[in-house]
Amino acid sequence: MAMNTLHDGFSEKGALIERHWQELNARRRLYTWLGLAILAMALTGSLWFANETNAGKFFDRLPHFFDFVGDMVPRDGLEVFRALFDLPSPYDDGSFKYNYPEGRLYITGSLYVPEYFHKMLETLNIALFSTIIGMVFGFLLCFLAAKNLVANRLLRGFVRRFMEILRAFPEVVLAGFFLAILSLGPLPAVIAVSIHTVGALGKLFFEVVENADMKAEEGLRAVGASWVERVWFGIVPQVLPNFMSYFLLRLEINVRASTIIGAVGGGGIGELLRLSIGQGHQAKTLAIVLLLLVTIVAVDQFSAWLRRRLVGDHAFRLAQ
Amino acid sequence: MTTLNPAQMDEIAARHPAVFHRSFWQRFRVAVIAGGFVLYALYCWWFFAIGHVLGTANWNIAGTYLADWVSYEVRPEVTIDPDGAMKLTYPRFSPLGPNAEPDWVEIERGTMIRTTPSTGAAADTAQKPASMGFMGTGGTIGGSAAAANAMATATTREEEVVRRAKITLNSSTSVEVVPDRVTVRHSGETLLVDIAGSDMTVEGALPAWATQKAPGEKITLSFGVAGWGEIEPDDISIRKRFFGWANFLFDTNSPFHGKPLSEVFSLVTSGERIDPKQSNLSLAWGNILYNAEWQHLDVWTKLLQTIVMAFVGTLFAMLLAFPLAFLAARNITRSWISNQVTKRLFDFLRSVDMLIWALFFTRAFGPGPLAGMSAIFFTDTGTLGKLYSEALENIDDKQREGVKSVGAAPAAVQRFGVLPQVMPLFASQALYFWESNTRSATIIGAVGAGGIGLKLWEAMRTNSDWENVAYMVLLILIVVFVFDGISNALRSRLMGKPAH
Repeated sequence: MAMNTLHDGFSEKGALIERHWQELNARRRLYTWLGLAILAMALTGSLWFANETNAGKFFDRLPHFFDFVGDMVPRDGLEVFRALFDLPSPYDDGSFKYNYPEGRLYITGSLYVPEYFHKMLETLNIALFSTIIGMVFGFLLCFLAAKNLVANRLLRGFVRRFMEILRAFPEVVLAGFFLAILSLGPLPAVIAVSIHTVGALGKLFFEVVENADMKAEEGLRAVGASWVERVWFGIVPQVLPNFMSYFLLRLEINVRASTIIGAVGGGGIGELLRLSIGQGHQAKTLAIVLLLLVTIVAVDQFSAWLRRRLVGDHAFRLAQ
Repeated sequence: MTTLNPAQMDEIAARHPAVFHRSFWQRFRVAVIAGGFVLYALYCWWFFAIGHVLGTANWNIAGTYLADWVSYEVRPEVTIDPDGAMKLTYPRFSPLGPNAEPDWVEIERGTMIRTTPSTGAAADTAQKPASMGFMGTGGTIGGSAAAANAMATATTREEEVVRRAKITLNSSTSVEVVPDRVTVRHSGETLLVDIAGSDMTVEGALPAWATQKAPGEKITLSFGVAGWGEIEPDDISIRKRFFGWANFLFDTNSPFHGKPLSEVFSLVTSGERIDPKQSNLSLAWGNILYNAEWQHLDVWTKLLQTIVMAFVGTLFAMLLAFPLAFLAARNITRSWISNQVTKRLFDFLRSVDMLIWALFFTRAFGPGPLAGMSAIFFTDTGTLGKLYSEALENIDDKQREGVKSVGAAPAAVQRFGVLPQVMPLFASQALYFWESNTRSATIIGAVGAGGIGLKLWEAMRTNSDWENVAYMVLLILIVVFVFDGISNALRSRLMGKPAH
């Protein structure tokens, strides 16, 4: 420790090392500051640009920042539950604001599913179904993209690029395109989310496959197994827990994604939320937000629990 | 290969009961899970009414829309008045611009004496705009604009009309129109349609590429990729399909429109000033930026907004999550209350969907990137905070103890004992979220939170601007791939190993 202070006490070589170290340190510091300066400039420029092109200016709108709280305070607390369970409201004046029982979906004469629960189920189904579709196709594709299973660079590269395009292709365009072909409904959302999921899961899957232990595969190769048999008996049993774990992780993301897709016309709870915020229906908004919050937390907790059981306490990168 | 006798088999089975006597769940779990998925898929088939939706879907339109991504149509239209006067027009926003005379349309003009009873003239002119519909008056050919004006007053006048029009779609496909007959040639077959007043009769049988619901009704022609057309007694409209994006640089109002690139280049570098107030270069650049069909400047601005939203949102989220994560980590802040409060805050921010934040901030700031930025900032503060605090809880304590043991101040302990361990991970995760937010920022834009999402959504809603959608998608893909590359390169340098 005391060495640093004893500049004069260095031998010739020691002084050289010391000088190099100082130079290195100075350069590192310079790069750090340079990086920070560039970052600060980019940030300032970005903020200015965002503020210029925004409809309302930041400082003009700042006092309205907490307006959204006002969007969520209902006339009385019970209204939220009435909105949530489609019970008639005492304030009902025929407007859309208080017409909670309108959305009831009757199963039998008197038994009904409240509208928001039904729509939430729709969103959940979109998420789960498209995650399953994504997993099936991602599963089929991932082995073709893995370096340790496919020697052909061309095929591998092609499958990887294909998955990259699926992943990067904006979901909103897919949804819009299929919305134009199929009529309104949740199916465009399913297709859009599925296509994105194929790409995203395919990428995570082939990385798992590339890290798999190849001993089992070698054993099978030694007894003359075909490529499919080697993959099915040598690789799949190893990677399946990880695949399931990624599947669950993706499910969490897709619940959110299908809510957003819903808001841009894909049906489900997202659309109702957008409408009710846009029209200023406080009780309905709060009911939907509560329902969404509870659902997302529940799905996250369930998936975390199942993942822990499947692969132990591995920390997984949050993939999107 | 050695063979085992039954006794040996039993012995092995006895030694490894876990392998040979597995529970029902262990043996059939894959089958059970797969069966569950299949049942669920069937349920979804019913729930989403997939069969019904796919059955009623308009698949023909899908092909047209997809073709619109990379091609455009030019629509010449021949109208035949009752007295046999023909006119050739293009729709108002034709990609060829007003007064175009493309070389694939041959026109033979002549003059004829037209008599219009003055009583019928008023009705005729009044009816005209309705029957012409979207044709408008901008792109008329053959003096028809003058004719329309003249008709109200004059009863007899000499007019220039089209005598014969021949539209060539490709080497084997052409449509020739004379006042009483339409001749369509396509892939070696010929369709002859005789027109007499408001009746038309087909000579011979219809070829496979022409369809007619009932005799006398309109005939639809489909020429595959070359285009399609419709024949009615008084109106023959043809759609010729061209590959590429029409007027990508200069729209039809620009003085540079329709000129080959070499000519534009020579005009810009050495030509006379078209507009005396500015140089040709600035005129050309302005025309490109404000191209009415492609709106380059607007698209680029919106794309930059999306990028900025992701960048600022993630950066701010990182800056806020960083100190909060220290409060949330059990091993750094030894206070149960502060741990729990921060962790629940993270959970709350993360679980309230980005959509909800986006909708609320759109109300607060008005539509624009500030809303999207704030939405990303709020959501990612939660996610990054959670990841950061988990990373902090998993650090190696030895380094911290070492720094503490030489009597360093608490801040110095964090700086030299903790930060070096977690900083690469923190930066790497922030980069990863930056990259992934660049992708997701597109979609929250569509609900009004700024960026290219809304523009995409608007372009799609009309179902006629698919080429603009294709252009924006291409730009988004380029941006995403470039940022993926940058983020991957930076991350692999930070983490010291190739990142995936």
